[in-house]
Amino acid sequence: MLSRVADSLYWMSRYVERAENVARFIDVNYNLTLGEGAGLGDQWAPLVDTTGDNELFRKFYDDANRDNVVQFLAFDQRNPNSILSCISNARENARSVRETITSDMWEQLNKFYLLVRSAARTPNRLAGAYAFCDAVRLASHSLIGTTYTTMSHGEAWHFLRMGRLMERADKTSRIVDVQYFLLLPRPDDVGTSLDVVRWSALLRSTSALSMYRRVHGQITPNRVADFLILDRNFPRAMRFCVLRAQNSLEIITGAHSGTFQRRSEQLFGRLRAVLDYTGIGEIISRGMHQYIDDFQRELNQIGLAVQADFFTQGDPEPASQTQRQA
Amino acid sequence: MNYEFPSFDEMFVAAGEPRPICRHFAERLEAIPGEELRTRQQAAEVSLRNLGITFNVYGHEDGTEKVWPFDLVPRILDAHEWQRVEDGLRQRIRALNLFVDDVYNDQRIFADGVVPGELVLEAPTYRPQMQGFRPAKGAWCHISGVDLIRHEDGTIYVLEDNLRCPSGVSYVLENREVMKRTFPQMFDGVAVAPVEEYPERLLETLLACAPPHATNPTAVVMTPGIYNSAYFEHTFLAQQMGVELVQGSDLYVDGGFVYMRTTLGPQRVDVIYRRIDDDFLDPKCFRKDSALGVAGLVDAYRRGNVTLANAPGTGIADDKAVYAYVPEIIKYYLGEEPILHNVPTYLCDDPEQRKYVIDHVAELVVKPTNESGGYGILIGPHATDEQRAQCVARIRDNPRNYIAQPMLNLSTVPTLAGGELAPRHVDLRPFVLCGEDIYVMPGGLTRVALVEGSMVVNSSQGGGSKDTWVLRNGNQTHHVHASHSN
Repeated sequence: MLSRVADSLYWMSRYVERAENVARFIDVNYNLTLGEGAGLGDQWAPLVDTTGDNELFRKFYDDANRDNVVQFLAFDQRNPNSILSCISNARENARSVRETITSDMWEQLNKFYLLVRSAARTPNRLAGAYAFCDAVRLASHSLIGTTYTTMSHGEAWHFLRMGRLMERADKTSRIVDVQYFLLLPRPDDVGTSLDVVRWSALLRSTSALSMYRRVHGQITPNRVADFLILDRNFPRAMRFCVLRAQNSLEIITGAHSGTFQRRSEQLFGRLRAVLDYTGIGEIISRGMHQYIDDFQRELNQIGLAVQADFFTQGDPEPASQTQRQA
Repeated sequence: MNYEFPSFDEMFVAAGEPRPICRHFAERLEAIPGEELRTRQQAAEVSLRNLGITFNVYGHEDGTEKVWPFDLVPRILDAHEWQRVEDGLRQRIRALNLFVDDVYNDQRIFADGVVPGELVLEAPTYRPQMQGFRPAKGAWCHISGVDLIRHEDGTIYVLEDNLRCPSGVSYVLENREVMKRTFPQMFDGVAVAPVEEYPERLLETLLACAPPHATNPTAVVMTPGIYNSAYFEHTFLAQQMGVELVQGSDLYVDGGFVYMRTTLGPQRVDVIYRRIDDDFLDPKCFRKDSALGVAGLVDAYRRGNVTLANAPGTGIADDKAVYAYVPEIIKYYLGEEPILHNVPTYLCDDPEQRKYVIDHVAELVVKPTNESGGYGILIGPHATDEQRAQCVARIRDNPRNYIAQPMLNLSTVPTLAGGELAPRHVDLRPFVLCGEDIYVMPGGLTRVALVEGSMVVNSSQGGGSKDTWVLRNGNQTHHVHASHSN
């Protein structure tokens, strides 16, 4: 497969996944702040922290109130990680590989783009932002389903899956990080304070509530963290994402499990091993924030290694010209 | 149906009297309430938008993509008439292919005084770099699109030949698809020649012309990128043929062979269906500032290590001054009378003809010899005095660059305009493949001028398109008879 094509596929699915997660961020925050009056009701600034675009936000907006934050995260074209920007980028990437993806996928993504664009042009878009977030999530799931059922599960499909799961691992880690911080502001509180409503909202933001209940039953902060970080079967859990993304990489390169030739294979194997042999107790005693920070850094390194191993291949003139932020 | 038309209409002989081959269709069409027609038309438009079937308009600000305007009422061609057109196209492309080969090799046609050598050798599309070269299987113009029009006298004329990178074939296939999706009942009992085999035939043609050393050749489609006006078509053809769609940056030349950069290392490329002009193919050979091309590509080509389709240099055969000589070219190479006629053409390069053109500019259509997409054309009868004067000045300045033709009255087809059926002018671009054999796709792209009275069908200038049906023999009544006799 052409390096440029692999590059575009990988980014196409990353962007779609990113948009879906931004929609989830908005949704969970809405749930958390609704009816909270002045206290948590003002908690929209942490949401911008989640996406890592705080500096950009401050450049364009004075006040981190709900309307500003939602406009920035959902519809602002100046924000490269807004839902609108992500879906536009995903579609541009898809356009450049339209011959590789199936026409069903293209049609689905194109409809997705038309949906987002028309929402962004609606005057009272902010009032309908939550219904919009729902529609975004649904459109993303439809695209994933269409991809699963219409495209051969060969090299191109695995590049799509790897990109999607790396993005999802990163975003789940951010949700856990910020919400954990928000819900348990002091380290002493970990394992003590319990507000079932809020923790359920966090689980719902990752569509994890019912799956969590089946595994763990009662909601406790440590078990929620355990589930979202270390569960090996839940598709939004960080460990699940890393396991399956690594599996895609192995299929792409044809490498034997437990061995490596390329830098990306090495880093992926290492990250996976750490996740396989870590318990939630260690993570919490070491510090949740520190743990997630390290995780994100390692995931970034893997992203760079994938770029170098498959898309640019040490080429002085890289095949890719556009983009982007890992 | 209250339908009246100004010139030859493809569906009706006179108001209320359909042509025999269209009777069946016209009756059905009339039975459909206007409201339903409009609903179907909207459904077709939604379908095209969702499928993202678009073309790019240069210099347009509100996004570069436009949805391709499609009209629901097909243009219908009779099988017998089509057979004659097909024979004529076969003959024409065979002769033009021989002509290009002769120009770049023996130049017999100049020596024999049939076509003036300087007319060809001074054309901007002539490529001296190709002199003495002969491509695999002697095929130069693998893919051609020939623009046909029907005048009010009922005769079909050739308006121009496109032997460089003719576009539009993807819309022929998509129009049929959309038609079947949104208006399936119109196909009941009608045997329409299928167009869907085109991608297969194209791939066959490309692979047949691969360099002889390539036992299991790899073909690719080469695009200038997503901002090109025909990008949709490039992706469509690559997808339909199941080959890679490459950009210049995906390819490189090493040791006289062409390779593409893949995730698993370099892979050799044997046939390139390039949708990029000669000028931009290779910065080492043609335009030095080309960022779209591949350095060393033409050298690899001249060594016979890769096939380019179409071959560089075929542009001489669609120069509009050379066009005037095509009837002579057919007689010279094939010893046959041309089956399809040219539109009478005045060459401004010739002093006498130039004088005629300048004296009659108000009645004529003046065209640059080397432009496409309808750019730079003066339609004399519709132009202002100032525009005519400017045109005359341009002709005097560079006579070789212009030809003129009488104003033709293009035939019409009923078209949904403002919710009602009204006559709109159309042309027809059939596509011809030339490798070991010649294949003519049945029908082609019918382009329609959506503005009342307009004869400009180019998509960049307010044109749309229609599905084109070539009926198979005797099918009109076949369905009805069959149901009785069985």
